[in-house]
Amino acid sequence: MADDGLNTPGYEIPPEMQGQVAITTLDKIYNWSRKNSLWPMMFGLACCAIEMISTAASRFDFSRFGMEVMRPSPRQADLMIVSGTVTKKMIPQIVRLYNQMPEPRYVIAMGACASGGGPFKEGYTVVAGVDKFIPVDVYIPGCPPTPQALLHGFITLMKKIEKQSLRSVPWYQKTPSEPIPIPILGPDLMDPRKFDLIKQVTSQMAQKVDVTGEGESSHE
Amino acid sequence: MSEQFGIRSSDLTERFPERVIPDSRTGYSGFVVKPGNLIEIAQVLRDELGYDYLSSVTGVDYLPENKMEVVYHFYRTTGGGALVIKTQVDRENPLVPSLTPLFPGAEFQEREAWDLLGIRFENHPDLRRILTWEGFYGHPLRKDWKEPFFEEEAKPYKSRWPEGHVYRIEDKNPFHDNVQYPPGFDPEQWSPETDELLYAGLKRVDKSDDFLTEQVVVNLGPQHPSTHGVFRMVVVLDGETVVDLKPIMGYLHRNHEKIGERNTFLQNMPFTDRLDYVCSMSNNFGYALAVEKLMGIQPPERAEYIRVMMAELTRFLNHIFSIGFLLNDLGAFFTPMLYALEERELILDVFEAVSGSRMMCNYFRFGGVARDIPDEVMEKIRKLVLDRLPRKLDEMDYFITNNEIVRGRCEGVGVLTAERAIALSASGPVLRASGVPYDVRRADPYSIYDRFEFDIPVRYNGDIYDRYLLRLDEMRQSLRILQQVLKDIPEGPIMSGKPQYQVRVPAGESYGRVEGPKGELGFYVVSNGKPNPWRYHVRAPTFINLTSLAEMCRGQKIADVVTILGSIDIVLGEVDR
Repeated sequence: MADDGLNTPGYEIPPEMQGQVAITTLDKIYNWSRKNSLWPMMFGLACCAIEMISTAASRFDFSRFGMEVMRPSPRQADLMIVSGTVTKKMIPQIVRLYNQMPEPRYVIAMGACASGGGPFKEGYTVVAGVDKFIPVDVYIPGCPPTPQALLHGFITLMKKIEKQSLRSVPWYQKTPSEPIPIPILGPDLMDPRKFDLIKQVTSQMAQKVDVTGEGESSHE
Repeated sequence: MSEQFGIRSSDLTERFPERVIPDSRTGYSGFVVKPGNLIEIAQVLRDELGYDYLSSVTGVDYLPENKMEVVYHFYRTTGGGALVIKTQVDRENPLVPSLTPLFPGAEFQEREAWDLLGIRFENHPDLRRILTWEGFYGHPLRKDWKEPFFEEEAKPYKSRWPEGHVYRIEDKNPFHDNVQYPPGFDPEQWSPETDELLYAGLKRVDKSDDFLTEQVVVNLGPQHPSTHGVFRMVVVLDGETVVDLKPIMGYLHRNHEKIGERNTFLQNMPFTDRLDYVCSMSNNFGYALAVEKLMGIQPPERAEYIRVMMAELTRFLNHIFSIGFLLNDLGAFFTPMLYALEERELILDVFEAVSGSRMMCNYFRFGGVARDIPDEVMEKIRKLVLDRLPRKLDEMDYFITNNEIVRGRCEGVGVLTAERAIALSASGPVLRASGVPYDVRRADPYSIYDRFEFDIPVRYNGDIYDRYLLRLDEMRQSLRILQQVLKDIPEGPIMSGKPQYQVRVPAGESYGRVEGPKGELGFYVVSNGKPNPWRYHVRAPTFINLTSLAEMCRGQKIADVVTILGSIDIVLGEVDR
């Protein structure tokens, strides 16, 4: 095998077999093959998606790193690149897409908006960072990140994959991972995990209004 | 004031005494009419005075006067300036007759005004929320509506300037998130809004013949590889034929206008980059024009030439990109795109050299541009414009134009007639491919476009193929303008006056429009003399071009819907803003 890093010495290989046999750990060969064939999901949100297309195209060409197969279906993808501003109207779909991706799955938050809201953070329909709902593996700063920055993000993700171990990865555990509850669009975005907090705060607000507003707010 | 409208203002006021009143506020132009007379006057404007093109409809919330104003910009497709009509209603119960029956192009814009400002339009065929969702709490662009991360009315915030106190805005919100709910709200009692209203509005055909097939409703998007972003279409299908289609947008609604009204004038410039993120330079141009009109300043000669140069390079870039995408949609996956992106990268190199950023250029300033073009970059542009780009354009033409599959799938598909294109307020390549030679650069010249020799290409079939050909023609004309720019560009300053981070903008309103690569891009800005705009509205060309999508798609096959959408060339950053 060409990759020297794979071959851990410590086992004596007879000299006549050194050209044909390599000895390594299962973790290493497993991660090595996974990291070099990441299949990103073909999924663009905003401005950053254009830079993602540029990265896939002739000058930068991320198929050099083994990720040329972009799949439009989440069922066939293992890398979600959240490329752009995440809005409240879109987050239920993003969470659903994430839940539909089979393990192993990774998420890259590309650009300032996906990482933390970016220039649009103060906006009323903007989710301040996709990590409020789905776990993110690599954050890439920039608005939009240049293709070089995106490639660096990919390489960082590869390094992260290299460090995983079969013993601890979530998809070989006894209990399957729980799907993330899908947020609901109400008067504003509602996270099902936060219903108690919402109820508590809004009832306090209602009491305050009743006291100060002299029954003006007799809404049922 | 009267001459620039093409009709004397007395014509209209004499014809409708006491019903049409010239707008007398300082800095304002146009006429004020009562809502009750609006339909009648619009009818006369369209049928007798030739103002057949309703470009922009938007609302302004005049909170201090307790008034809601709806502003209409009418144009003649034969050219000339705007006729601005305004109507004022009470803020508590704003009800305005809808102009959609007369000008179907107002449909989405009126829906937007309802969604964001809460202005009701009587007799509107489908008045639903468009950018937010059904059930959203409040109308966000009203001046007394506060967003969950509200800090102050206007920037720069006291917490940041002159001294910075860093804190997380999440800590100030009781939910620790960008959300707010009405008092006493119980999330468990909430029944999520289904799309029933939307589905009920879809047309279906009555089938009387004995071959009864079921009509199915198909949702395309928002995550779909061919919708050019997060765009959703609901299609009713009879077999493979499209019976009706409704576009659903707002999946990328990033609150440009609300943020823009908190920003100072100059702070909005980088935000305009992110409207149509493929051609940020054109967006800068439109906004700079609108504010310069208010300020009454003129950029120096060299800056004007640089602006035109950047705008035309952007047009080339956008069209080559959109042709690549169109071929993608036709099934020639990514190979033509690679050719297109190669040229795009070279133009982006130029943008990066002059502005520092590949895509989000933020290059224009009020009264000029941010930086001068170095000689080496000028040489690069010269090589591109004189040698490489024309050659590559011919190559693209040679490969694609007579390709049998391209012709077979594009000719006669997605037809929009000239009359309907005008009625639906289509603009840009969509309008010109339908046989209407309307280009803002010629019809209502801005900057220094009146100095250059160029043609306005027109095509007459109004199908996808003509839109493709028209884009090729326009790229040739852009190169022609660029060649003249490179020949004539003078030396000199690039800014009038000193660069300022805080500009003084006198009170008034202005509408700056440019012929962007995708159509007429307009910025409606209202200033009340403060450092922040009172109203900042973007007339996004692709948002309004989408009004005609349903009409183009009815009767076509489902596979062609994707191509028709590709031929309109939408960018979601601009559609949803």
